[in-house]
Amino acid sequence: MGKRTPLYDQHVAMGAKIVDFAGWDMPIHYGSQLEEHHQVRNAVGMFDVSHMTIVDLNGPGASDFLRYLLANDVARLKQEGKALYSCMLNPAGGVIDDLIVYYMRPDWYRMVVNSSTRDKDLTWIMQQAEAFDVQVLERPELAMIAVQGPQAPEKLKRVLDNQADAVVDALKVFFAAEVGDYFIGRTGYTGENGFEVILPAQLASRFWQELHAQGVEPIGLGARDTLRLEAGMNLYGTDMDEDTSPLEAGLGWTIAWEPADRDFIGRQKLEALRKDKPTKKLVGLVLQDKGVLRNHQKVVVPGVGEGEITSGSFSPTLGKAIAFASVPVAIGDECSIDMRGRMLTARVVKLPFVRNGKSCLPEDV
Amino acid sequence: MSEIPADLKYTKSHEWVKMEDDGNVRVGITDHAQDLLGDMVYVEQPEAGSELEAEEACAVVESVKAASDVYCPVSGEIVEANESLADTPELVNNDPYGEGWLMLLRPADSLDVEQLMDAEAYTAHVAAEEH
Repeated sequence: MGKRTPLYDQHVAMGAKIVDFAGWDMPIHYGSQLEEHHQVRNAVGMFDVSHMTIVDLNGPGASDFLRYLLANDVARLKQEGKALYSCMLNPAGGVIDDLIVYYMRPDWYRMVVNSSTRDKDLTWIMQQAEAFDVQVLERPELAMIAVQGPQAPEKLKRVLDNQADAVVDALKVFFAAEVGDYFIGRTGYTGENGFEVILPAQLASRFWQELHAQGVEPIGLGARDTLRLEAGMNLYGTDMDEDTSPLEAGLGWTIAWEPADRDFIGRQKLEALRKDKPTKKLVGLVLQDKGVLRNHQKVVVPGVGEGEITSGSFSPTLGKAIAFASVPVAIGDECSIDMRGRMLTARVVKLPFVRNGKSCLPEDV
Repeated sequence: MSEIPADLKYTKSHEWVKMEDDGNVRVGITDHAQDLLGDMVYVEQPEAGSELEAEEACAVVESVKAASDVYCPVSGEIVEANESLADTPELVNNDPYGEGWLMLLRPADSLDVEQLMDAEAYTAHVAAEEH
């Protein structure tokens, strides 16, 4: 038996198929992964993401610490509540984890990191924090529920107190605010409008049931993966890891090079890599033939070289197979995929594949 | 609990086999197999006329989650593949023993079919795999 979130009994009661995910017993789907995917794109769904690791950083040195720890720069966060997506790098410029950090007050930042990397993340963060005036506090007593989809704002408001309406309405994209016991971030992992709500574990079941009573359907990890893939969002451990730099993983945009005198872990190696030019990059692929792209399938770029699919699946929204692939930088508009010995054609496209329920593909793909 | 019709034969790799009146056999994957795989999005079929050995991979069923080989239950020749699966692979989920059939096969030896598991043996096999 694995670890269980405060919502485990709810999942079982709702007919979830439970699988192991990084040591947690989590719902993969509640019947149909495809229907759950469409539910989020067309209406609204809720995800139990309580397995994710919430870490609070408190103290006068929190900002200085995070400016050293993270490749993105929290000094960019001028307004309270503003969030930032960043990689946490090792000295070799490899990705230890990717995370979201919320700037709540000058002496309080909240980070959400992956559950699969919890132990190494906490060890690393604590180690680096010793030189700073900051307390690192994991918050395992908190649950986290993502409410995602075009109907997310109206459904969330119906469940929260009336006093929360104004807060939800005023919350801008990539901002968070506190309403009583609830920490509400307008963030997510689906490419849809929506929220991630952090709340005390003992309130989680009631909140989940009230959302369900409003027509918010439970969504499993299966659909979470196809939604994030369509939305062009990386998955740690699959699309990047400690041997990949953000420059090769499509995450160059998350590195804050300026100010040039900010010293952050991994900066030196990253600057050298930027000067030498990386040989690999992460691109989006759309299969032009029938079949489904899968992780680790070989990508062949005639006359250029080879690469590998890092995340591949069937896109329920587009009705086509899509993937992220790590490929030679000189890849053109097309490549071949080795699918069980058959060579199939895929088009190279800009990410994301889908945004706010609509295809972002060029018309001829 | 998944459905296991009493009048079919089964393999350990979760294919079902139905004897047709003309001596051919119809092949599909069981309700248990489709339930494990989840929503089907693509089926790669064998070509009519191909000669296959028992336990040889003869088709691939792909769900959103994963690609899974289908193995030939007995040696024989492919007579026909279910063409409607090209556009509606979800038939494998919705009607695994009916419209979601995969292929018609002419067995090299009809005795091979007799020797496959019956429903009772397959039920025990599924139960054993789950524990």
